[in-house]
Amino acid sequence: MSILTRVEGAHAATKPGRGAPGRLSVVAATGFLVLAACYMLLPVYWLLVSSTKSQGDLVSTPGLLPAHWHLGDNLAALFAQQDGVFARWLLNSLLYAGAGAAVATALAAAAGYALAKYEFRGREAVFSVVLGGVLVPASALALPLFLLFAQVNATNTFWSVFLPSIVSPFGVYLSRIFATASVPDEVLEAARMDGAGELRIFRTIVLRLMSPALVTVFLFQFVVIWNNFLLPLVMLQDDDLYPVTLGLFTWQSQTSRLPQLQTLTIVGALISVVPIVLTFLLLQRYWRAGLSAGAVKS
Amino acid sequence: MTTTTAPPRARRRPARQALAPYAFLLPFLVPFVLFTLLPVGYAFWQSLHRTERTGGTFGHTHSVFAGFQQYADVVHEPFFGDSVVRVGVFALVQIPVMLLLALVLALLLDSTVARLKRFFRLVYFVPYGIPGVVAAVMWAFLYDPRLSPIVDLLRSAGTRVDLLGSHLILFSIGNVVTWTYTGYNMLILYSALQALPADIGEAARVDGAGGWTIATRIKIPLIRPALVLTGVFSIIGTFQLFTEPQVFRTISTSVTSTYTPNLAAYSLASGDNYSEAAALSVLLAAVTFLLSFAFLRLTSRRQR
Repeated sequence: MSILTRVEGAHAATKPGRGAPGRLSVVAATGFLVLAACYMLLPVYWLLVSSTKSQGDLVSTPGLLPAHWHLGDNLAALFAQQDGVFARWLLNSLLYAGAGAAVATALAAAAGYALAKYEFRGREAVFSVVLGGVLVPASALALPLFLLFAQVNATNTFWSVFLPSIVSPFGVYLSRIFATASVPDEVLEAARMDGAGELRIFRTIVLRLMSPALVTVFLFQFVVIWNNFLLPLVMLQDDDLYPVTLGLFTWQSQTSRLPQLQTLTIVGALISVVPIVLTFLLLQRYWRAGLSAGAVKS
Repeated sequence: MTTTTAPPRARRRPARQALAPYAFLLPFLVPFVLFTLLPVGYAFWQSLHRTERTGGTFGHTHSVFAGFQQYADVVHEPFFGDSVVRVGVFALVQIPVMLLLALVLALLLDSTVARLKRFFRLVYFVPYGIPGVVAAVMWAFLYDPRLSPIVDLLRSAGTRVDLLGSHLILFSIGNVVTWTYTGYNMLILYSALQALPADIGEAARVDGAGGWTIATRIKIPLIRPALVLTGVFSIIGTFQLFTEPQVFRTISTSVTSTYTPNLAAYSLASGDNYSEAAALSVLLAAVTFLLSFAFLRLTSRRQR
């Protein structure tokens, strides 16, 4: 069987016979998988159930059992709190993560293509520095970025969170791998023969060939920005600029003084999580592409 | 394709082609330098300087070169050793537990034993889709004695535990990290397993090897690069530990403002002690980088 034609089900296609698993090992394995699934899903289940409870029921009824349906009222309260600041946080997150990831993907695609398809002086040096950037986690950069932005009085602005997030060294790394694999030299040569300029070749041919890979790059960066907590925490004081993660954190940190914020935080967490989990599950194929590229090529 | 004479403007093309890669790289490199290299460089510069005031509390401030004095100060702070030991212990316990769990799940999903593979794979990946802060907030409620179903269950079983007390809090944080990242690591390992040629396992099976032997003798050695990768990512993540303790700080007195090195750096910066915060950040980034590098070196050498 050739590796190229092998599909995901190949393992399962093994004929039962000698060495086929016994019933006992199937039961044991399935049992373990189910246990692990319960562990992964229990908090999510708790979040779902708790979102439907009133503040009173939340405290007084058993945590894992549903009580009176109160989700509608909770949602109304959530979006009414502080003149609808929660909707604003959602929009901010969407803007930071959506626009940030789009710009980051465009920059990474161009850079990755250049590193993969051109011979030029300093190519390996640039790539090494970019790879070093992959190993520097976002949380290690947050404080240095804050110190730098404070120097030019640019903290507590939209740009202080947005601009750092358009840089994705990991995106460049992935783009380079994908450009090498999916853009044939012959196509580029043919286009040059036909008189197409370099930029036009990139826009009309390369981007199209790389587009499945670029979805992966976009998704990775989207989640990185959506999840980033330390950078907005150090940069922003004005809660109109908060992303939803930081907003929920500030509510949660006040629950000791204001217990009624518990319900709002729980419903807010649910609302903030649903869209991203859905995108995640729907686009799982692109995730696997990125993860396997990272794992196999290293 | 024809190889007839090229159009006249082709003569200019080599020059344009030579400039093109730089033009494609520049839009990435400018923000990369500004928002990755420059902050690190600036933090290093700032870590070598101390702010001094002349003319009393309200006088002018100016920075004075202090060499590595800030580093010496930070290292001698009592919190420094405590927080480093804490993340060290955390790394030694939590990383192996998480990676072992991820490996077992990946092997099971890759084997012929498991059923409903697609469903389980989806379920295990759900926590990774939840932002770290939201996951921590959720678990904070699940640990909170006022609301926690876990504490309730244990109480009805006759044990009283304080999941936010000083004895268990590190374990509680470890649980959140394990919950969040096991599925992610599982997927990396699973992708590597799926990339192995299927005939490897089949050949061994024909030779009479059992599932356990195939997993430990054949599959695990072959996915070593992926295991190393998950190890490096986990080490980086652990030494940067911030979000979970920061969230738990709001409901537990057991988490101090200097609980982890990153939390300490944040606290120093919010206390306007920028120079020491910079020194600690640089130190932390350097140590993280060196540890991952050493781990990569060590594991790749043993392979040969």
